Amino acid sequence: MTHFVDRRLNPKGKSLANRQRFLRRARTQIREAVQKSLKDSAVADIGKERKIKISTKGTKEPRFRLDPRASGERDFVLPGNKEFSPGDSIEKPKSGGGGGGKDASDSGDGEDDFEFTMTQDEVLDIFFEDLELPNLVRTTLKETPNKQWKRAGITTAGSPTQINLVRTMRNSYGRRLALKRPSLTDISALEAELDAAERTDPVDAMKISALKEELAKAIAKRKWVGFIDPIDVRFNSFTEQPTPTSQAVMFCLMDVSGSMGEREKDLAKRFYMLLHLFLKRRYKKVDVVFIRHTHDAQEVNEQEFFYSRQSGGTIVSTALDKMLEIQRARYATADWNIYAAQASDGYTQSGDARHCVDMLNQLIMPLVQYYAYIEILDEREMEVFASEDSGAELWRAYRTVAEEWSNFATKRIAKPADIFPVFHELFRKAEVKA
Amino acid sequence: MTELLFSESEWDFATVERTYKAIEDIALNDLKLDCYPNQIEIISSEQMLDAYSSIAMPLMYNHWSFGKMFAREEALYRAGYSALAYEVVINSSPCISYLLEENTMTMQALVMAHAAFGHNHFFKNNYLFRQWTNAEGIMDYLAFAKKYIAACEERYGRNEVEAVLDSAHALMEQGVFRYRRPPRPSRERIEQKRKRRAEYEEEAYSELWRTLPAGIEPPVAPPIPDAEDDFGEDMKLPEENLLYFLEKNSPTLKAWQRETLRIVRNLAQYFYPQRQLKVMNEGCATFVHYTIMNLLYERGLITEGSWLEFMHSHTSVVFQPEFSDRRYSGFNPYALGYGMMADIKRICVAPTPEDRDWFPDIAGCGDWMGTLKNAWANYRDESFIEQFLSPKLIRDFRLFALYDKADMGTYKVSAIHNENGYRAVRSMLARQYDVGAADPNIQVTGADLKGNRTLQLSHDMHRGIPLHNQTKELVLAHVERLWGHDVKLEERAA
Repeated sequence: MTHFVDRRLNPKGKSLANRQRFLRRARTQIREAVQKSLKDSAVADIGKERKIKISTKGTKEPRFRLDPRASGERDFVLPGNKEFSPGDSIEKPKSGGGGGGKDASDSGDGEDDFEFTMTQDEVLDIFFEDLELPNLVRTTLKETPNKQWKRAGITTAGSPTQINLVRTMRNSYGRRLALKRPSLTDISALEAELDAAERTDPVDAMKISALKEELAKAIAKRKWVGFIDPIDVRFNSFTEQPTPTSQAVMFCLMDVSGSMGEREKDLAKRFYMLLHLFLKRRYKKVDVVFIRHTHDAQEVNEQEFFYSRQSGGTIVSTALDKMLEIQRARYATADWNIYAAQASDGYTQSGDARHCVDMLNQLIMPLVQYYAYIEILDEREMEVFASEDSGAELWRAYRTVAEEWSNFATKRIAKPADIFPVFHELFRKAEVKA
Repeated sequence: MTELLFSESEWDFATVERTYKAIEDIALNDLKLDCYPNQIEIISSEQMLDAYSSIAMPLMYNHWSFGKMFAREEALYRAGYSALAYEVVINSSPCISYLLEENTMTMQALVMAHAAFGHNHFFKNNYLFRQWTNAEGIMDYLAFAKKYIAACEERYGRNEVEAVLDSAHALMEQGVFRYRRPPRPSRERIEQKRKRRAEYEEEAYSELWRTLPAGIEPPVAPPIPDAEDDFGEDMKLPEENLLYFLEKNSPTLKAWQRETLRIVRNLAQYFYPQRQLKVMNEGCATFVHYTIMNLLYERGLITEGSWLEFMHSHTSVVFQPEFSDRRYSGFNPYALGYGMMADIKRICVAPTPEDRDWFPDIAGCGDWMGTLKNAWANYRDESFIEQFLSPKLIRDFRLFALYDKADMGTYKVSAIHNENGYRAVRSMLARQYDVGAADPNIQVTGADLKGNRTLQLSHDMHRGIPLHNQTKELVLAHVERLWGHDVKLEERAA
């Protein structure tokens, strides 16, 4: 008997377990290769599938092999003789393959570097390998997770508003059937019969009294077998279940006044993208809110955020105000993990920095998981402000916040190459930081 | 007028089934093949890659080397360097053949003839398969192995299991019994023994030894009294099966590690016949599909178009590039096997005087199918070539033999396809297919269990060819890991 089996619908990825083991095994080589390939490509491309070429070091599978080149003698047969006669000599090929028929299988393992494709997820896992979301552990432990009422079956006790009618009536019906509760139709049938018996001539007293008795019994039974008995009643039950917050909102704050040029915005953008990507790895849902500000802050869409320019002064605290306003309106801390990233060239109206610091300390920092401030300088400034302590007003003011809050970070960047190290440093694992 | 089985290249299950019936009819009634029941599975290309990467077994334990294989094959396939095999067939009963979904109907017919009847007949009848592999039991055993390895990973951690598997894989080629039949305990017995070992370990476990600093080993558990195991007591030396020896005698391995070695060793044993039968196995399947497809065409069951499609694919399968060709990578077993079998048919049906000289038994006997079946059943690559390679085929392939001495700068042509050379070429080619001679001959010659526990291996060099030095060191490290103490390898001139 022959069976034909259509296996095409079987679950895919049968070799996934092997692949994971392989990736783990070749971890070091793969990591080098991924980092190299990331360095050579635009940050915006990070989330794509890519080809990785690794050496087989670390994934060698050695076997005992004979080495006829070392010493000894052998014979072998090849196909395709055209010109040779017995006794001829043939130069041995210098090294590597060719020539001998059995060389192909004998020399080495036939293993060179090899190339394979890694999926987006695999690349990102490596990319984020030693980065850890700041304070993630702390917040998941501390933060009271969001509670949700979930159905938890049926109970016999509860409040009247939670009564489950279907179940209750089903029980009631079953009980009434079991106890043979007379229905109203039964009663009216009896009454009709009685009525008819009374009217017939001659009156059959025996039958009438029997009917009366039966009727009385039925009415009495209806009384003691209630239509709904307390034991029939069922209630829907709900229990409170903690649901971990799996969504995050990322506030992108940026100064768009005249002093922020295309270069500065581009740097900021790359930083935001990286942050966004990172959050996406951790949370199911990530909202992004763009707030741009000059002397006045607005929520805008991404396009406007990065590409439109406004004139005006620079008051950073307006953006913080706006952020708080939006947060209160839309992103309750119970439901959302809040991240904020602010990019600026470091200038603000004098006196405003102090105001910002107060707002951060009192209102904002208690709410957010993380607040990153990056100051975008040009390379000349970078040299001037080589020391962490010197800097523009905002920088110096924010330094005081950073001292107080471990989840507040400040960094300076001047060119695209600075972004990744900064990012790496900002989000490196807590223990490394400590 | 017979009706065509199919006329379009698209296939569906009804057509495949109808065609299978027609092929079966020819295979069983015309060719009188003797096959295991067939199970034919349609798979997608990804599943074909899956099958490749777990050494073509539908069930396999997990190991990174299979993942590596998959990644490599997939990259090659995606880049278009290699086409997928049209089929994979498994030596089991029922005999499972995989058909690739993207094959045309003609290709499906070809593959069914090739795998479901050609390979199948060969699996069932060749003496090596009959003696050494258990077609009924292999799937059960693989299921057991997969489950067992997974359970070990759970219990002892992936790294631990991986280390043992790595080491065992390195010795896979030295993990077979070449001459004596492996003892084959039943599955229950395997399970029972493993349990007993585990129980013993638990009983003998002592908290004290856990706190020893690394490097100092607790006293080795005394041998478990088991009539069949004779743990370490009566080693039969020399022993050619390194995995078997380590499994039975290593002083440091734990029960589950021994069991893991046994699994790898059993797999190695299962595949050992296939390595000795590459040419014959493929030759048989190719010859069968060629014969069947031609009969289908002669009987008007397939169109000329699909016959031409079949011929195109057939000729590319049996193409043998010459040694100087860029495409040359050793002998093509399909070409050599099919060539020889077609030649045997020719010798049986239309022999030349030369054939009568060389093959007096079969020349002109007419019963080519009987002759072939006898060859399929009773020979392996080496003996088959030694027996049946004809001068005509040597001329056709233009075979020539080279003599190679390591310290000479040149190869010497020792024989070519002429009257003086036929026999020499034939013998040398046969030697080339002798797995016993091609694999290094490594044996356990001594184990000092009472003293410093050095394990003594020796390599009997064949014609003075030593082991490749770098890989030797790597593999020895694996042996040391399994043995737990020093391992020495001596290379002896035979």
